[in-house]
Amino acid sequence: MRRDAVLESLRHAVGPDDIVVAVYQTLFDWMAICPRDLNYVATGAMGQASSHGLGLALANPERRVLVLDGDGSLLMNLGSLATVADAAPGNFLHMVFVNGTYEVNGAHPTPAAGRMDFAAAARAAGYARAARWRRLAEFRDQHAEFMAGQGPALAELAIEPGRSYPHDYRYIHSPEARDRFRRALNSKAAMPAEGKPGTDR
Amino acid sequence: MSRQAQAATASHRLAPSGAVMIAALKAAGIRFVAALPDIVTSDGLLWPISRDSHFRLVRLCKEDEGVSVCAAMSYNGTRSVLLMQQTGLMDSLNAVRAIAMDYQLPVVMLVGMQGKEDDVPAAQSAVYGVRIVPPILDVMGIGWSEIESDRDCRVMTDTINDAFAESRPHVFLIGRTPGPP
Repeated sequence: MRRDAVLESLRHAVGPDDIVVAVYQTLFDWMAICPRDLNYVATGAMGQASSHGLGLALANPERRVLVLDGDGSLLMNLGSLATVADAAPGNFLHMVFVNGTYEVNGAHPTPAAGRMDFAAAARAAGYARAARWRRLAEFRDQHAEFMAGQGPALAELAIEPGRSYPHDYRYIHSPEARDRFRRALNSKAAMPAEGKPGTDR
Repeated sequence: MSRQAQAATASHRLAPSGAVMIAALKAAGIRFVAALPDIVTSDGLLWPISRDSHFRLVRLCKEDEGVSVCAAMSYNGTRSVLLMQQTGLMDSLNAVRAIAMDYQLPVVMLVGMQGKEDDVPAAQSAVYGVRIVPPILDVMGIGWSEIESDRDCRVMTDTINDAFAESRPHVFLIGRTPGPP
């Protein structure tokens, strides 16, 4: 599946009050395809997206949190699957974009590339749901159901590069990016109505 | 030495009370504790916190997860602390550098100093893994304070409040095993 095509589909499934945490090339592509104030771009250190997502999910149980992780990134913090499962936030959705490489660091292969089964790992750790998609048509048909369901849930997406957008590292590490997210998060106008997805289990 | 002075000295040498530390956390509005077990703080802090319905405990697999969890929570004003051993702090320095320092976020850390001798400042410990911690924090520009007695605990609430008000990290180095509440 081309990553940009996956993200194009996802943009229609993300609600205005959802928080999206993304990393590396997926982040840069997502910022171009779906720019929004509730994109959380400042994860700081490689591998930490799922942990930021967990903190956001626990502190904002009325919002849905979608983490767009990478395979190399999640491998660096694989224990977070157990941590997330133990905390069991119902509003936590985890998508792992799998291409078997450290794409923005020279495209070297990840350990166990082609063998690692992130969906099985999530299921074994105790995620409520896990799925794998390899074909775009199936992803387009089925991802809305995944997005609407109970968390913590993980979707493993076999992707290849599509159109790649520029690496704006200056912005993602800037105070401006953090302030923009903080303002949006704390804006009363943006607060979701009660009863939306995301109740903490 | 007067009786009062003797009493003050004796009090200073008493280990900090876990109950006093937990009260200080509550007074500072802490609701979430992200933690990995540490033998220094296990009986006095982590076990009592795990049984206290005031707190939501987030059990971690690795300490750097907690840096991110606490940082992300702070964006809507949710207050949390990260409880760990100094070995976990050392293992998490890149996350602390990037997330707490570069991003200027209020990550408050309670660090059990495993191996430190009683009544010896951490920087003067004979244990290499203990005495390097204060100078490393200094080089990184991270504020820290030592908790050796109940007297030291008195400033915890204000120090935590300041860290959140000024959006910066702070590290409490817990140098003696807190007594169980």
